Amino acid sequence: MLTITHLHKTFGPTVAVDDVSFGVEKGQLVGLLGPNGAGKTTTVSMIAGLLTPDRGDVFIGGARLSGDTDPKKRKIGIVPQDLALYDELSARRNLRFFGALYGLSGAALEAAIASTLQLVGLADRIDDLVKAYSGGMKRRLNLAAGLLHDPDILLLDEPTVGVDPQSRNAIFENLELLKSRGKALLYTTHYMEEVERLADRIVVVDHGKVIADDTLDALQSRVAVVGGGKATLESVFLTLTGRSLRD
Amino acid sequence: MSLIPLLAMVRKDLQLFFSDRRSVIVSFVVPIAIASFFGSIFSGGAGGNSEPARIAVAIIDHDGTAISKAIVADAQTDKNLKVSMPEENDAREAVKGGKITVAIVIPSGFGDAAGQALFGGGEKPSLSLFYDPSHGIELAMVRGVMTEHVMTAVSREMFGGAQGRKLIDQTVPQVQSSTMAEDQKKLLLEMLASVQKFYDREPGNARANDAPRGITMPYTVHEEAMTSGSNVAYNGYAHSFAGMAIQFLLFAMANIGVEMLLERQRGLWVRLRSAPVSKVTLLLGKAISGTVISLLILLVSFAFAMVVFKVRIQGSVTGFIGISIACAVMASTFGLLIAALGNSPATARGVTTLAVLMMVMLGGAWVPTFVFPAWLQQFTLLVPVRWAVDGLDAMTWRGIGITGALMPVAVLAGFAAVFWTIAATRFRWDEG
Repeated sequence: MLTITHLHKTFGPTVAVDDVSFGVEKGQLVGLLGPNGAGKTTTVSMIAGLLTPDRGDVFIGGARLSGDTDPKKRKIGIVPQDLALYDELSARRNLRFFGALYGLSGAALEAAIASTLQLVGLADRIDDLVKAYSGGMKRRLNLAAGLLHDPDILLLDEPTVGVDPQSRNAIFENLELLKSRGKALLYTTHYMEEVERLADRIVVVDHGKVIADDTLDALQSRVAVVGGGKATLESVFLTLTGRSLRD
Repeated sequence: MSLIPLLAMVRKDLQLFFSDRRSVIVSFVVPIAIASFFGSIFSGGAGGNSEPARIAVAIIDHDGTAISKAIVADAQTDKNLKVSMPEENDAREAVKGGKITVAIVIPSGFGDAAGQALFGGGEKPSLSLFYDPSHGIELAMVRGVMTEHVMTAVSREMFGGAQGRKLIDQTVPQVQSSTMAEDQKKLLLEMLASVQKFYDREPGNARANDAPRGITMPYTVHEEAMTSGSNVAYNGYAHSFAGMAIQFLLFAMANIGVEMLLERQRGLWVRLRSAPVSKVTLLLGKAISGTVISLLILLVSFAFAMVVFKVRIQGSVTGFIGISIACAVMASTFGLLIAALGNSPATARGVTTLAVLMMVMLGGAWVPTFVFPAWLQQFTLLVPVRWAVDGLDAMTWRGIGITGALMPVAVLAGFAAVFWTIAATRFRWDEG
């Protein structure tokens, strides 16, 4: 469903993304891991059309994505790390606006708002101002805004930062449901246990390059553990990327 | 270009603007309040007919002659002056303290010396003026007013009073013994002899009310305010409402520019840019919502001025609407410019506050541009607010027709085009 090939991006003398290629299939959740500054957000930004790659391509369903108004962008939904919502507006008005950006209007828009808020458990708070929401509710609404236009591909950039376990669990259940509906999900996070629970495949990037692209089991088998048990994903990650601080 | 996202952008921005009670109050209520205050000062009431403020003047008369007393008496009846007569030291303190604008000291011997100097036979005495340096324009006015009163008092006394007769008698031998050229001396002595004959005339030959008048202003002035018509009084509220409405709509648009930077900071532009919407649509949506808000601020302010202060569009209604729209478009593109050039919301807010204040000050929104130096008046033609204020003045109290709107509309549209172009080319589109 989503394929990226040889993506390359520099900012001045800094190479942020260097020849990154991978894909995400329908009904699959791919975890994108990497230390701070590894190039995760830049990669996601190029997939979403927020940044123009210096080289390389993004393919949606086999067709190359190009330009701001490319209709294929409708197949992509994004859930940014920031709570990209208008606090002064209600959930309904936020979603009406975000839906309209994708050409939704009238009854179709209202139906999409109702079903999406039902999915994230905010249907009864539809007319409340977002500023009255808790952190977890805002996170769920942030997810709803990315799902509203029913995209085939969902890009999630640390969607659970700062939420309580209940909201985090609710988000996980939403994502598992979306996966079961055939959506392709690309999930970046620093929480290893989230990837262990959700990901079908894991892509690890460091210094702008893909250094691993495999299933959890295959990655765990790369690291030997005293006593013969399975290595944790965190130990795999540290083995692959090293222990030096990146900030 | 799809209309659905464009209209959604406009609707969302209007919802955000009207959901912020503070923004609404600042944009609609504050300009009306300030314009009402300034209007009451500059128009002196709705009809503009109330008496102007008099200049506070102190006169210290050390002379005490008929001439100096006449000067004081004339000054006290002058409609432009409010005369008091304190001691000299008290007068100096009052000027220093800002309670009196000018203190005039008439020195001892002033009357005699001025009388003799009138015919060129003596040294000119001087009046001392102590003034408040913050009231330079009023000093010039007092100087002019006192010139008239001194000339009138001195000449009246010289051509009819006892002090004048005595001075003429003293002047004749001085002229006779002077080194003046003989032909000039002869003519001057003949004139003084004629004056003495004038003094000695039989009282019965003079008409009962023919009191000596001295030298007076040889003309009177017919003043007519050039407004939209001969029966239409100047309404200062028209100018003050134009100025204040433009100031606050610029502030509102500057705030929209800062809000765009905040939207970026909060990650909202990630959503906007990831949607299949063109850059033009995104900027146009902001420009349209800004134009609508600016236009509302302008029209609500003028509607209030029309209802409460009887401001009228004495010129072209079409021209007024045209200038209002051009001004609103200019202001909204100014907001885009701020969003494009601003690095962060905090720095942009500080810089734009200064920029807006400079623009409205130089544009004549606070004080008329004629008080500026000539070079500055020319410079203000580069300030869009100047064209907006002048254009709205032309359409309201000046009563100029549609032709008076063409140039302001064209110039404001030009500014809008420049602002738009810079904003579109300098806007940071990359996110991530």
